[in-house]
Amino acid sequence: MAGVSDAELKKMTQEERVTALGMRTEQLTGKSLYIEFDPDATERFTYPWAPDVDFNKRIEVDTDNMTSTEVNAKIRGLMNEGYGTIVLKNPRGKHSIGVGILSRLNLIIEGSTGYFGVGLIDGPNVRITGRVGWSCGENMMSGTIVVEKNAGSTFGAAIRGGDLVCRGSVGSRTGIDMKGGTILVGGNTGALSGFMMQRGRMVVCGNAGKNLGDSMYDGTIYIGGTIQSLGVDAVKAELTDFDKKWLTRKLTQHGLMPEKGVDHFTKIVAGKQLWNYDNLEPTEKKIIL
Amino acid sequence: MAGTQYRGSEIKDVDQFLKDSAGLVSKREKEIGQHIGYRYDVNLVPDYDRITPFLKKYIEVMGWDDLNWLEDVHMGYEEGAPAVFDRNNNGWVRVPSSIDLPDNQQDRDMIARELLLKFQMSDRHPLVALRKAYMKF
Repeated sequence: MAGVSDAELKKMTQEERVTALGMRTEQLTGKSLYIEFDPDATERFTYPWAPDVDFNKRIEVDTDNMTSTEVNAKIRGLMNEGYGTIVLKNPRGKHSIGVGILSRLNLIIEGSTGYFGVGLIDGPNVRITGRVGWSCGENMMSGTIVVEKNAGSTFGAAIRGGDLVCRGSVGSRTGIDMKGGTILVGGNTGALSGFMMQRGRMVVCGNAGKNLGDSMYDGTIYIGGTIQSLGVDAVKAELTDFDKKWLTRKLTQHGLMPEKGVDHFTKIVAGKQLWNYDNLEPTEKKIIL
Repeated sequence: MAGTQYRGSEIKDVDQFLKDSAGLVSKREKEIGQHIGYRYDVNLVPDYDRITPFLKKYIEVMGWDDLNWLEDVHMGYEEGAPAVFDRNNNGWVRVPSSIDLPDNQQDRDMIARELLLKFQMSDRHPLVALRKAYMKF
């Protein structure tokens, strides 16, 4: 890899790049994946390829006559020019805008977005002044998204990390398959919220619909209002002082702290009865192996 | 019927999986010869009183108010050694033996967050080579 420059790589096809970087000749048989941290690694806070942006360098973009692809390309281009604060005007419910941003950025969307808005992001702080459609923040890795009004279904689907906040109410299947991160809802959430949740935290200040936490494997759900019904293997747990401290911190941070505090929140966790690790009886395991 | 109740063991000691790499404690774990569940508490939220200066600076640079995605990063234990799961690499990264482990999980988690962050942002992370090979734009 050391002998090939970035300029040379850019001229190559993908097949040629893979070969030039030694990925075709690597011996995988019998190789164990063993990597150790370097305790003397240089301190750096962004990915090596991340553009150097300045939060104080601000620009407004009227997206009225642009397609979603054009908007996303524009954002990338502006970040490469060093813009750290980008304001999108007139989004008019466009789908999939602001997706795949893998660096620090302040993104302000003045209006509402459609499906899959600001998904797959890793780092930026996003504020949406309107509503969002299905799957806002889907597969988000890190950063913060704050939605000022309501959100559609599957809010934060498969989220891996970061804070996803909706000040209003959200639809059904909120945080479906979530694998990390925090989802905060100021209002209510619909049916099957936390379905197949694997880890992470969901906080709902209002009420929850039917089958909350159905088939959840791990993670924690906090509900401030009523719960219509719990799903399979979702069970109530004791709200500890540590939970209260964390809830107070997180809700205050996003201006969602209820006047009566956090003592009334109900904590829901997995009963771990659906874990499959233990499904094979020893005799069956011997037969299979 | 198998799988209708949790039959794994509880984590009682911060050094549990350093002393016992197999982690076979409960009757069921001994029976099947396999540890059930994680080797650390995935639901443990960070104690911000223990945050390190490096992590404070990271939060400031990113424009966040807290550890954000790093709240989900913990020090785990693989094959009797401390390690951190790197989601960008889909694998465990070992903690060098030269690093002294504190006597509590919260401080260990802060070390894990620092190490993982430095590794992910470095040129030696596998994503750097993968990006060069497969980048679309």
